[in-house]
Amino acid sequence: MPALVLASLATLALTLVSLFVGVSDVSLASLTAGGAEGRAMEVLLISRIPRTLALVLAGAAMAIAGLVMQMIVRNRFVEPSTTGTSESAALGFLVVTLLAPGWPLMAKMAVSALFALGGTALFLRILRAVPLRDVLLVPLVGIMLGGVIGALTAFIAYRFNLMASLLAWNLGDFSGVIRGRYELLWLGLVCCALAYIAADRFTVAGMGRDFTTNLGLNYQRVMVLGLVIVSVVSAVVLVSVGSIPFLGLIVPNLVSLMIGDNMRRTVPWVAIGGAGMVLACDIVGRVIRFPYEIPIAVVMGVAGSAIFLFLLLRTPRGAS
Amino acid sequence: MTGQTLAAAPLPRRLGRPALVLIGLALVALVSIALFMTLGAKGSWSFVLGFRGKKLLGLLLVAYSVAVSTVLFQTVTNNRILTPSIMGFDALYVLIKTAVVFFLGVSALVAIDSQVQFVVEVVVMVGFSGLLFRWLFLGEERSLHLLVLVGIIFGILFRSLSQLMQRMLDPGAFNVLQDTLFASFATTDPTLLGVASVIVGAVSLVGWRLMHAYDVLALGRAQAINLGVDYKRTVALILVLVAILVSVSTALVGPVTFFGLLVATLAHSLVGNSRHRYVLPAAVLLGIIALVGGQTLLERVFAFDTALSIIIEFLGGIVFILLVLRRSAR
Repeated sequence: MPALVLASLATLALTLVSLFVGVSDVSLASLTAGGAEGRAMEVLLISRIPRTLALVLAGAAMAIAGLVMQMIVRNRFVEPSTTGTSESAALGFLVVTLLAPGWPLMAKMAVSALFALGGTALFLRILRAVPLRDVLLVPLVGIMLGGVIGALTAFIAYRFNLMASLLAWNLGDFSGVIRGRYELLWLGLVCCALAYIAADRFTVAGMGRDFTTNLGLNYQRVMVLGLVIVSVVSAVVLVSVGSIPFLGLIVPNLVSLMIGDNMRRTVPWVAIGGAGMVLACDIVGRVIRFPYEIPIAVVMGVAGSAIFLFLLLRTPRGAS
Repeated sequence: MTGQTLAAAPLPRRLGRPALVLIGLALVALVSIALFMTLGAKGSWSFVLGFRGKKLLGLLLVAYSVAVSTVLFQTVTNNRILTPSIMGFDALYVLIKTAVVFFLGVSALVAIDSQVQFVVEVVVMVGFSGLLFRWLFLGEERSLHLLVLVGIIFGILFRSLSQLMQRMLDPGAFNVLQDTLFASFATTDPTLLGVASVIVGAVSLVGWRLMHAYDVLALGRAQAINLGVDYKRTVALILVLVAILVSVSTALVGPVTFFGLLVATLAHSLVGNSRHRYVLPAAVLLGIIALVGGQTLLERVFAFDTALSIIIEFLGGIVFILLVLRRSAR
């Protein structure tokens, strides 16, 4: 437990840094000097706090979604962006934007989540066609499925001149987050809570259908719950800030290297780790080219793929 | 073999399947080229032919480079799933180009003649891809799935690094770089056609002289060595050729992940014979049909202009999934 407290403190420190880093000067001095009506306070309330909250919520939710995905697929290398889930969510968002542009964001998000659910189900269906001999085949097929769905989405977007919007959804970026534009992410927190409540079920489901059924658990129901959590989180994050690649993959893997696979124990770690990782990447993106910003998806793409490579190449050969 | 049977029995129906396939493909390729050059032409012919001729040459060079590099790469790595672009080689080219601007400044890109620059980039590309390849393939034995996955993730890493560097450039430098990187099937880079043709010609000469070794290499490392091929030297040479061809095609049209896989897979299954003297030309012809024919169809008939690469990615992704599934079901 003391380690968990330390990790929480580190993430908390990153949260504070995130509140005070940016072009506009926000510091304790300027806050107290300006008082409750001052400009610094305004920036803090309208921009910095929402952005930081969005980072924490999105990071924790994506990492948890990855963890749940890994449990129900029973494979370490899956997460929404390696199973076609994120791409399907983008397709759904595009379709609803084209067909029903007037719908409220919540309804669009729901459609996007439905598509994500469908895409993930398709992925699982394809997987069932292969005997799961190879751990690495699963993410491989998922990435390719994502590519195919992505190409379809790009084609539709191209025909209807929505390439720019598509690019924005595919490139996670928190710079546009202000008060009133991130609240949907609280749904991610609900999903995290659900995952925590059902953690034991997922741990059991992670041991296979027969074992689960043997323990008197409805395997199908656990799978559906997991899929819904993953799809809703992917859709919510995509709709509010754009997709963040690899996060759901590397955080749970790094956590499991440290403390193992019992989900009841790993959920808090993964949530805190995900939030910390996203905060760190976003702060790097904000500082590295000050005063401009680099979207978090770019920073995360570099960090995430490098860590993923490390995970892949350190896996003992016998395991694959 | 076919030559001997032909001499013995000069009946047309004795022509083997590979030869028939090649003749059929060549006809389709010629028709697509003719349509590409003439369909919907308005105004003076000398202008139309000159203008489209340049585009055609670009597409032909790309089709040739991608097809040959993919088939040879698959021969060397002894599999039908990996291709240079899946291994992230073309993303590596973009990264090198970006890194030049990032570290040497945009003046380097403007001051040096674009053809000299291209040659230098190709050299760097050969070096780096060689290192990557040595590290992944010539060390300990790794599973094919691991290699493919590592290759894909390397591709993503290279792309993200390029993106990161591009975002850190100042807008002026970024514009110049964007200009040199912006290429697609509809707008091949015309300044590089000359040097690219020369390079591809030279590569083909060297490649032609190794023709006898390809079929032997395809049998696998142990057999090839046993049959007297200088394995290390030949493989290294072929990889240099592959890296050069990848640079040419990426410089001309930008990265296209699945085009090579699509063409090579189709060639293998159409020819039904794994000898390179059939597979290589078949792959090149298929590449020409797909690019020139596809571009004609899209531009003239459906009036989409830059969608060809999206369609190729879509089909290629599906072919890839099927290939992987079929292989693992075995």
